[in-house]
Amino acid sequence: MRLKTKISFLNRIKDSRIYRSIFRHDYEDTKKNRVLQIRSNVFLHLHPVKMPEHAFRIRFTWCLGGMTFFLFLVEVISGLLLMFYYRPITEYAYTDMRYLRFDVPFGVILRNIHRWAAHLMVTTVILHMLRVFLTGSYKPPREFNWVVGVVLLVVTLLLSFTGYLLPWDQLSYWAVTVGTNMISATPLLGNEGPFSLVNKYNDIRFMILGGTEIGTNALLRFYVMHIVLLPVIGIIFMAVHFWRIRKDGGISRPL
Amino acid sequence: MNKRETHSKYVWPDLVIMEFLTAVALTVILMVWALLVNAPLLEMASPGISENPSKAPWYFVGLQELLVYFDPWIAGVMIPIIIVLCLMMIPYLDNNPEGSGRYSFTIRKFAVLNFIFGFSMWWLLILAGYFFRGPNWQLYWPWESWEALKVTEESLWSLSTEAGVASLIIYFGLGMLLPYLYGKNFCKKLGAFRYMIVMISLLLMYAVPIKIFLRLVFNIKYVLVTPWFNV
Repeated sequence: MRLKTKISFLNRIKDSRIYRSIFRHDYEDTKKNRVLQIRSNVFLHLHPVKMPEHAFRIRFTWCLGGMTFFLFLVEVISGLLLMFYYRPITEYAYTDMRYLRFDVPFGVILRNIHRWAAHLMVTTVILHMLRVFLTGSYKPPREFNWVVGVVLLVVTLLLSFTGYLLPWDQLSYWAVTVGTNMISATPLLGNEGPFSLVNKYNDIRFMILGGTEIGTNALLRFYVMHIVLLPVIGIIFMAVHFWRIRKDGGISRPL
Repeated sequence: MNKRETHSKYVWPDLVIMEFLTAVALTVILMVWALLVNAPLLEMASPGISENPSKAPWYFVGLQELLVYFDPWIAGVMIPIIIVLCLMMIPYLDNNPEGSGRYSFTIRKFAVLNFIFGFSMWWLLILAGYFFRGPNWQLYWPWESWEALKVTEESLWSLSTEAGVASLIIYFGLGMLLPYLYGKNFCKKLGAFRYMIVMISLLLMYAVPIKIFLRLVFNIKYVLVTPWFNV
């Protein structure tokens, strides 16, 4: 095709009603388009249209909050794909892991990505907290968003911890045993804790494991917490967290 | 502050491109990592055969390391709850208006030093538990073989209840009193209520390394022994 006809063909597409109904504006680099680019895009409209210059410096934010969110998305997508191959039942869970590792095309990479992204996410969320502390960004009017952030830190740790049991191998089983045994030492509510009011059949560990030992019930509970409960809680708090950044006056700046 | 700081720029395309490049870089890192290193998968779980040592996921290994020095209800339950609550209270306890929106140490020395102390302690405990603990949670250097099993031969002792109560009263009493008497306007700036919470939180935090020190150097198991619980 000659160049001229190619361009006129593209222009015809751009002028069509369908194209204009989807994209609304062109991409010529004008001030108006820079505004529209953010305002008229549902994914980008989390951003303000303009930001103070210091907020663009990578050495101010290190992009750590953004990385955490991106890693969460990676976890959601890779986790969804893993769900096609995984059954949270003690008889099947481990063989499904072996199947993923040795038979499913790209299964081993899929699982590796999910695992390493989880470790990275725990790291970035902790470092994000450090960055926000060191820049004093929790100071008024952003106090409450810090609290929301702490909740998200806890949710991230719990997400990672509940996922730890799912492979149902020796590593995951005993790591979760260590973690959940501590729960039975809870004062009042754990059967081995000080001032215990309960026995091993009705204490807080029983509630979390669905039994006195880590078995099928525990695996199912951890699975449901891992794929539904905690992600939903996380998404709700993330929505508040991102929204509050804007409502509390945008990224922190020197007064 | 100055003109450069208040000057603003369009988010499109400058910020969006940075976010995009970060996402691309992370994707590349993850792909390479996933291609080179396989996620661990040991034998199928069998409740009868315990792993020795069984370690918690790395981010909780610090708490597991504290089990050496504290009873489970403190290391596994109270300390994490107190950490989370104290983290949440930080914005309401720190009433120093200075130093928002930039890295600054000189005008927030007290806040930054204490936070860094707790933050580093968390990581140091993780490193200790993850790299220096072997079978039966004994100390092993990373190059030492786990084949040779070690046994603890330390004889631990505890303070008598009276001495324990007295030392706790002295620690918390002096800890609350001395900054009040000698800290220049420290208490006044915070206000009485905030001062109490800040000092109790900090004294609790510094009690952790102190207890570790007492255990490692003086073989003290419990500072306070009561019929119901031991600290």
